[in-house]
Amino acid sequence: MTAPELAASPDLGLGSQSLLQASRPRYSEQVIKSVLALCGFLSIGTTVAIIGSLAVPTVEFFSEVSVVEFFTTREWAPLFADAKFGVLPLVTGTLVTTLVALAVCIPFGLGAAIYLSEYAQRRRRAILKPLLEILAGIPTVVYGFFALTFVTPLLRDVWFLPGEAPTVFNALSAGLVMGVMILPTVASLSEDAMTAVPQSLRQGAYGLGSNKMQVSTRVVLPAALSGIVAAFVLAISRAMGETMIVLIAAGGTPNLSLNPAEGMQTLTAFIAAAGIGDQPTGSTGYKTIFAVGSTLFAVTFVLNFLSIRLVRRFREVYE
Amino acid sequence: MTSPVLERRSGADRIKGRAFHLFLLSCLGLGLVCLVVLLVQVVTKGLPRLNIDLFREFPSSSPRRAGARSAIFGTIWVVGICGLLVVPVGVAAALYLEEYADTTRWYNRLIEVNIQNLAAVPSIVYGILGLGFLSRGPLNLGFVVLAGSLTLALLVLPIVIITSREAIRAVPNSIRLGAYALGATQWQTIRRQVLPSAVPGIATGSILALSRAIGEAAPLILLGGLTFLTFNPTGLDSPFTVLPIQIFNWISRPQEEFRVLAAAAIVVLLAILISMNAFAIFVRNRYERRW
Amino acid sequence: MFRITALDFYYGDFRAVRDVNVDISGNEISAVIGPSGCGKSTFIRCLNRMNDLIPGTRVGGRIEYHGQDLYGSNVDPIEVRRRIGMVFQKPNPFPKSIYDNVAFGPKVNGIKQNMDDLVEESLQRAALWDEVKDKLKQSAFSLSGGQQQRLCIARCIAVRPDVILMDEPCSALDPLATNRIEELMIELKREFTIVIVTHNMQQAARVSDRTAFFTTEVNDQAQRTGILVEVDRTEKIFTAPSDQRTEDYITGRFG
Ligand SMILES: Nc1ncnc2c1ncn2[C@@H]1O[C@H](COP(=O)(O)OP(=O)(O)OP(=O)(O)O)[C@@H](O)[C@H]1O
Ligand SMILES: [Mg+2]
Repeated sequence: MTAPELAASPDLGLGSQSLLQASRPRYSEQVIKSVLALCGFLSIGTTVAIIGSLAVPTVEFFSEVSVVEFFTTREWAPLFADAKFGVLPLVTGTLVTTLVALAVCIPFGLGAAIYLSEYAQRRRRAILKPLLEILAGIPTVVYGFFALTFVTPLLRDVWFLPGEAPTVFNALSAGLVMGVMILPTVASLSEDAMTAVPQSLRQGAYGLGSNKMQVSTRVVLPAALSGIVAAFVLAISRAMGETMIVLIAAGGTPNLSLNPAEGMQTLTAFIAAAGIGDQPTGSTGYKTIFAVGSTLFAVTFVLNFLSIRLVRRFREVYE
Repeated sequence: MTSPVLERRSGADRIKGRAFHLFLLSCLGLGLVCLVVLLVQVVTKGLPRLNIDLFREFPSSSPRRAGARSAIFGTIWVVGICGLLVVPVGVAAALYLEEYADTTRWYNRLIEVNIQNLAAVPSIVYGILGLGFLSRGPLNLGFVVLAGSLTLALLVLPIVIITSREAIRAVPNSIRLGAYALGATQWQTIRRQVLPSAVPGIATGSILALSRAIGEAAPLILLGGLTFLTFNPTGLDSPFTVLPIQIFNWISRPQEEFRVLAAAAIVVLLAILISMNAFAIFVRNRYERRW
Repeated sequence: MFRITALDFYYGDFRAVRDVNVDISGNEISAVIGPSGCGKSTFIRCLNRMNDLIPGTRVGGRIEYHGQDLYGSNVDPIEVRRRIGMVFQKPNPFPKSIYDNVAFGPKVNGIKQNMDDLVEESLQRAALWDEVKDKLKQSAFSLSGGQQQRLCIARCIAVRPDVILMDEPCSALDPLATNRIEELMIELKREFTIVIVTHNMQQAARVSDRTAFFTTEVNDQAQRTGILVEVDRTEKIFTAPSDQRTEDYITGRFG
């Protein structure tokens, strides 16, 4: 080390250019950076692999089955000898279960969010929020079990609405339980949006004589709207993509119906069921998994990006 | 003079306000009630079969003799390997994004948005990826531990990256500047100062990510995992089953006894998850530094 | 030791410092004073290339260190920072033990010497040894603010730099702790060249040999740029400054 001599005789007029050069080249720094960057880019690789693995069999599928037939005919029986490839029953199945789930998670999730952000004291919030989030950590197969062995029998016992009572497999109980599962996500994201609303806005409204309810619903809610909508959009994406609950509780029969009391199959449940059936690689049945998967991926992809954009817009306003 | 006005206003509004408050509380209450009911239902239903046989016996077509042994070992194998794969890669990606990447560059922003999107891609889609790429398709591994672990690793990678980024970002910049001012290189600064300070947060996030992996059934079902296994995995290339799949399998049987067995296995699964989460909370409270 | 000619510094498009010309000689304490926002910190961060760490910054002009261009193409900024250490405004010990705080610098620089001796020596030279010798394994955060700042100085000394830059090292400390650090600086100048930024004019007058006065110049587009007004022996600056702006500032007539 040259440092001590240097300190001892600082004005030596060190002419040597090597003084401030690295004693040895720092290749390892570059190598490490490249390795880390590679791991970062791996996530892009995942997306590419997803799209790639979906695209090839999907294209092959649509060379065997016309797109028009796929999206417009009304019967779905791809694995039968007399195969029918109308995806509409799966779409309505997904639609019905999703709508039921949203009917639970949007109002109740939003209500919980308003409570946590505007009403609860800090201490209470610190306890209640993690408790609620436990719900989001419960495996979906457990929810499926709960829907099938608790909610469905309960619904069948207490059914008072017009129309037939729900069947053993039905979209209603699957959707309701799915709504409970998604509730903490909606609550948590909406609450984040509402707590990001500046305190000055609230104080301004209180100054004009508003009470807490008015401030919450007329000031905070509109101000946090795009963040809250982002939470809703994400909830839709989550509900559409959920598999185990609908596979277990909504049944395995494609059913072109909007009656939630009936059993129906969703896009995701079909994919899983076809997977269980162990289709031979390259068969039309095998490719069907990918065609339906592409449909699901495309829709959730759009929803996710919408949600990300909305959150970003919201952040730009307040942060 | 103003007092009657004030009173009338507050009278009507107070009732509305109270009702609203009550409604909000019940929204939160609904979630919590569901949680309690679910736990009680599962435990009471599973109680008769919550005994040592559950851990000792392999699955069987006779519900009386069936147990979840191969599923428990399978879960340990698959999630263990998944953790070994996903934590280093996820932390590395997080370090790249937080410490090296210039986020004004389009490709780095693309990575960020892409990770956010991947976090919300339905898990069954990862199953399709695993099916088309890993268990069949190019790699053609079959339904083995490695294929399952890789699929789950890709599934939870975004969670590990996002939580690790938060932990790394929470390390104050003055620590980095202090290290640089002593002539440390960027990697020395990261390796010896930033990373150690971020470890508690990274550990918490990784545990949460793995607890997500433990509960996943859908992607593994798609890989071809609904098989009946009467042996434990012995390596990366052995077939396996995991607890959620075993539970699903038992739920799908018509006999009530299998449902009881499913409930008992659910209790085991939930117990594992609760211990992991408790451990994560412990790590956070014990080691996390508030700057 | 340093010869700075026509130094300009830009944060993106914003020119923070303009046309600084000054020499800094060895084994002296040079003080940099001036109103807030005039670019004092920016200026001293140029001297050990800490500014390189802020994206989008640019340096114009030339800084020579021992006759060598500090921003030359084959100069390694890591090596620069090893020789030119820095102590920050807010004490920033690492969240580790006192011992590890001091040992970190020598370790990353590959200094091969008995580490225990080096730690002791550094702490002694930073006048901290007697206070911490029984608790070297304790967290650095258990120390008081003044002790933490001396620990940061010890940490800096441990890598045996040539120059120590200090950016308002006492502004977060009470008068007693400030006093100790000032004594320490005078002690240290026998071995090191010290450049200190301070808001406290008494401090500059007490410890420094030379003083540079910076101020902010506002141009017609209302852009604020830091400039060096004058630099001279400290007694001269405080008793007979040659520039009116310096006099206004040191007599407190400055806004
Ligand atoms: N990282 C940065 N990015 C952009 N502008 C900066 C940055 N740091 C400082 N500046 C700007 O450069 C100018 C000079 O700042 P600097 O911190 O050097 O002033 P200073 O004299 O040290 O002030 P103080 O006495 O308050 O510490 C200021 O106008 C400041 O806003
Ligand atoms: Mg400053």
